[in-house]
Amino acid sequence: MTSRSSLSLSRVAIYATLLAACAVYLIPLVVMLLTSFKSPEDIRTGNLLSWPEVFTAIGWLKAWDGVGGYFWNSVKITIPAVLISTVIGALNGYVLAMWRFRGSQLFFGLLLFGCFLPFQVVLLPASFTLGQLGLANTTGGLVLIHVVYGMAFTTLFFRNYYVSIPDALVRAARLDGAGFFTIFGRILLPMSTPIIMVCLIWQFTQIWNDFLFGVVFASGDTQPITVALNNLVNTSTGAKEYNVDMAAAMIAGLPTLVVYVLAGKYFLRGLTAGAVKG
Amino acid sequence: MATLELRNVNKSYGSGLPDTLKNIEISIDSGEFLILVGPSGCGKSTLMNCIAGLEDISGGAILVDDQDISGMSPKDRDIAMVFQSYALYPTMTVHGNIAFGLKMRKMAPAEIEAEVARVAKLLQIEHLLGRKPGQLSGGQQQRVAMGRALARRPKIYLFDEPLSNLDAKLRVEMRTEIKLMHQRLKTTTVYVTHDQIEAMTLGDKVAVMKDGIIQQFGTPRQIYNDPANLFVASFIGSPPMNFIPLRLQRRDGQLFALLDSGQARCELPLGVMEAGFEDREVILGIRPEQILLATAESRNQSSIRAEVEVVEPTGPDTLVFVELNQTKVCCRMAPDDAPQVGQTLELQFDPSKVLLFDAQSGERLLPGKAQPLEHKVAQFMTG
Repeated sequence: MTSRSSLSLSRVAIYATLLAACAVYLIPLVVMLLTSFKSPEDIRTGNLLSWPEVFTAIGWLKAWDGVGGYFWNSVKITIPAVLISTVIGALNGYVLAMWRFRGSQLFFGLLLFGCFLPFQVVLLPASFTLGQLGLANTTGGLVLIHVVYGMAFTTLFFRNYYVSIPDALVRAARLDGAGFFTIFGRILLPMSTPIIMVCLIWQFTQIWNDFLFGVVFASGDTQPITVALNNLVNTSTGAKEYNVDMAAAMIAGLPTLVVYVLAGKYFLRGLTAGAVKG
Repeated sequence: MATLELRNVNKSYGSGLPDTLKNIEISIDSGEFLILVGPSGCGKSTLMNCIAGLEDISGGAILVDDQDISGMSPKDRDIAMVFQSYALYPTMTVHGNIAFGLKMRKMAPAEIEAEVARVAKLLQIEHLLGRKPGQLSGGQQQRVAMGRALARRPKIYLFDEPLSNLDAKLRVEMRTEIKLMHQRLKTTTVYVTHDQIEAMTLGDKVAVMKDGIIQQFGTPRQIYNDPANLFVASFIGSPPMNFIPLRLQRRDGQLFALLDSGQARCELPLGVMEAGFEDREVILGIRPEQILLATAESRNQSSIRAEVEVVEPTGPDTLVFVELNQTKVCCRMAPDDAPQVGQTLELQFDPSKVLLFDAQSGERLLPGKAQPLEHKVAQFMTG
């Protein structure tokens, strides 16, 4: 009896804690959503958590007017950058795991430095390089920066994934007559779904949410949505339109949310892949 | 169908590091089954990878049908390999696994289908063709791995410890099947194992390796009956050969080995006339099945009484341990003849089966292939 009641008591405590944690995470989102659907009068009269008197999409429409164009900028930057950096990372990882060469460990070690370099360190050299290449203030330039910066991470992901795959597979394929790219395309890539997903989600989140590179290397019409959102929210003229700010923030945040919901299960699977079988 | 010859093959991973393979000389005829056997780290897998072309050799030549292939890439060597881990392509079906090598060789689709069907029938895996490797048992994966090698009809098959991941029962079954397959197909085969029973049962020729050096190369019978040194003698045979340290004595021009069981002594006549062996520390080797129970008629100067210390029944025969010259000696007996612990036995040695090894170098001394002593000593001093 006592053990039973203490068990249920601890259960209650656990669930209460979990619910409290959920609330901490979810209330800001709820506030954002509610506010984005309120009318300006509603915001002035009600408090933060009050229910909107009328649901209106006016905030969303105005927000889309403000940041919609930049949303497509972000899409045009993010999708090529994510794809290219993932492909390069996969090839790098394949070589570093399966075709060791003299110094490949050192090469990998140096590449890892890229993961620990703060963004700010590369700003000046990167802007100089982009200027020399004639890519300053272009979408292509931002794609290049994100590919180069993301390569260290994607290589790390793929290399560690491929290291856990027995190299007898590659040797068997070589004896079967397959070449470098055939082995990669026919044998390894079909096994790589989990780590591809990890890479895509990671890179998408990084690049979509990037503000610093966007604000430094793009200007005017080529700016990504993060910069546009900042510009919208930080305007000092006119009355604060919180519903528009919130809707714009939601628009900026939705794609990463959608990607995570769609591919999240692969993300967890990919992160733990190789953890069981050394 | 091809001959395989390894000429003075050397392999090292860079100066300063010890050589992985040293002066490997092996030659086998078309259709022969060669076993590379040795403890782990002896270089047998490296040698196999060198034959396959997965690793380069540092010196020497590898000849298939008298053509040097050591400079060719693996895919041009026309060699197929079965890996210890099977290395099946996990995302392909069994059919895809077998067909992959054929597709890579640009075979016509109809021929590929025919070949896959032939191999599947041969290995009785027709019902598995649509499955992925992950859905197969260990034994089935093993078959598929063999099927992949068979499908290409290569000049040479390489097997890298193919049975070591199977359980004991399945291992014996697959061993017989591999032997059967080889008898039927008669393809030149190189088979790496650390299991001396596989080496004895499968091989036409056996190369026993240690530290990158071939200790002995010969038929299983030669390796078993006529080992070149202590290592080969101890590695091949289960239970292993008994090694009894002793000092040789000479009387009336005859050499004798002195055995002492604590209860009795005996002088085993070795019948060797050469001079220079007396008072030498040697190791006497005799296999457990070569020690017999003495009968009333056979009892003579080469039999000795000893007390039984341990009895281990294994089923088909019983292992009886006695102590001679402070060394445990195993005798293999029929279960019906097996004594009790503590009982005293009269054991009989067949002097013609006894092998002698140098106590220091481990080299085989007598009889037969042993070199003259002067030469041995000279070698020992310079070596």
